[in-house]
Amino acid sequence: MINRTVSSVEEALEGVKSGMTFMVGGFGLSGIPENSIAQLVKTGITDLTCISNNAGVDDFGLGLLLQGKQIKKMISSYVGENDEFERQMLSGELEVDLIPQGTLAERCRAAQAGIPAFFTPAGYGTEVAEGKEVRDFNGKPHILEHAFQADFAFVKAWKGDEAGNLIFKGTARNFNPVMAGAATITVAEVEELVPAGTLDPNQIHIPGIFVKRIFQGAKYEKRIEQRTVRQKA
Amino acid sequence: MLTKEQIAQRIAKEVKDGYYVNLGIGIPTLVANYVPQGIDVEFQSENGVLGMGPFPFDGEEDADVINAGKQTITTLPGASFFDSSMSFGMIRGQHVDLTILGAMEVAENGDIANWKIPGKMVKGMGGAMDLVASAENIIVAMMHTNRAGASKLLKRCSLPLTGVNCITKVVTNMAVLDVTDKGFVLLERAPGVSVEDIKAATEGNIIINGDVPEMVI
Repeated sequence: MINRTVSSVEEALEGVKSGMTFMVGGFGLSGIPENSIAQLVKTGITDLTCISNNAGVDDFGLGLLLQGKQIKKMISSYVGENDEFERQMLSGELEVDLIPQGTLAERCRAAQAGIPAFFTPAGYGTEVAEGKEVRDFNGKPHILEHAFQADFAFVKAWKGDEAGNLIFKGTARNFNPVMAGAATITVAEVEELVPAGTLDPNQIHIPGIFVKRIFQGAKYEKRIEQRTVRQKA
Repeated sequence: MLTKEQIAQRIAKEVKDGYYVNLGIGIPTLVANYVPQGIDVEFQSENGVLGMGPFPFDGEEDADVINAGKQTITTLPGASFFDSSMSFGMIRGQHVDLTILGAMEVAENGDIANWKIPGKMVKGMGGAMDLVASAENIIVAMMHTNRAGASKLLKRCSLPLTGVNCITKVVTNMAVLDVTDKGFVLLERAPGVSVEDIKAATEGNIIINGDVPEMVI
């Protein structure tokens, strides 16, 4: 067994520098690497490019890095529900590259899987396609999209073991599995870290080969963005 | 004129037994409440769940189980979770039978705009561009006119496009229309709304074939 564990969040983030490109897992606030983000805030590094489906809310998730003006550029598919983000974007302080969600996922997966580029129909005929190669397949136009290149990927799983194997829960899975192994260094944080041999190999979602460093998060707030319930009759 | 709930109710009649359906945010989300008894459908949410159920009971919500609108949800027997790449594999690979989404504008050639108002509102396209580029059966749920009273069914979209030549049907508070090579074909009118009212509220080319029946909701 190759042990991927690190003893602390500080050790997990060793090597992060200003100007780097990070992939950050999560959809909304679900499945975000809370502990890694909190530590990135502490490091004070700036001029970051973040690849993440969303940008958190004003006071949680990537919103915390935006508050400290640590992010130079966001690559996302949906950035609503964040006033500070909107302010920085409209004032020109923050560069924003909005891309279709499926393309975002596939550009991560392509990086993970060693595929430099691929064709997709998403965005054809829109401003997303501007400047991109268009090619017809089966009579339908597609645009050329490239794999991302990132220095670190920060992902969050439900359970993990010393070998770096990961299991996700519910829709907190989202972008995390496709970002694992898609950057030079992948840091996985988990709610529960167990010894190798504890998890059933049949149930592993992401094998440890895609994870460079793994640690158990100190605590998880798991904030809910839109609490919607029904009343018992 | 229909309420938003009634628009959802009318669209629910387009949902057929055995369909996998993706519902967008807003009016489309309401469609799930009106699917007729006795037919089996599964709702897909692009953040990674198939087999979505109703909202959880108070106190049973789970931060790890949400829909694409970031609302807490439940799952039904037979449900599954998957990653974002596989989710869009389902969409791009045309495994999803019906897509229902909202729009700011729809053009008579089937173009749709629903993600950006330059200089005013930029929230992003989310999964909408992937959905409209690949789905074959797309229904738009929206109001017939905007807040200023201007038509949202146009000759050409004025806002940045989400997709081209892709919308097949539009259900508004005034009418049900098919989008064809020749323009919007008026199929049904809302109770109390005349063909003349609909024509006046539609900027794009509208085709009326004989008597247009009133919607049954």
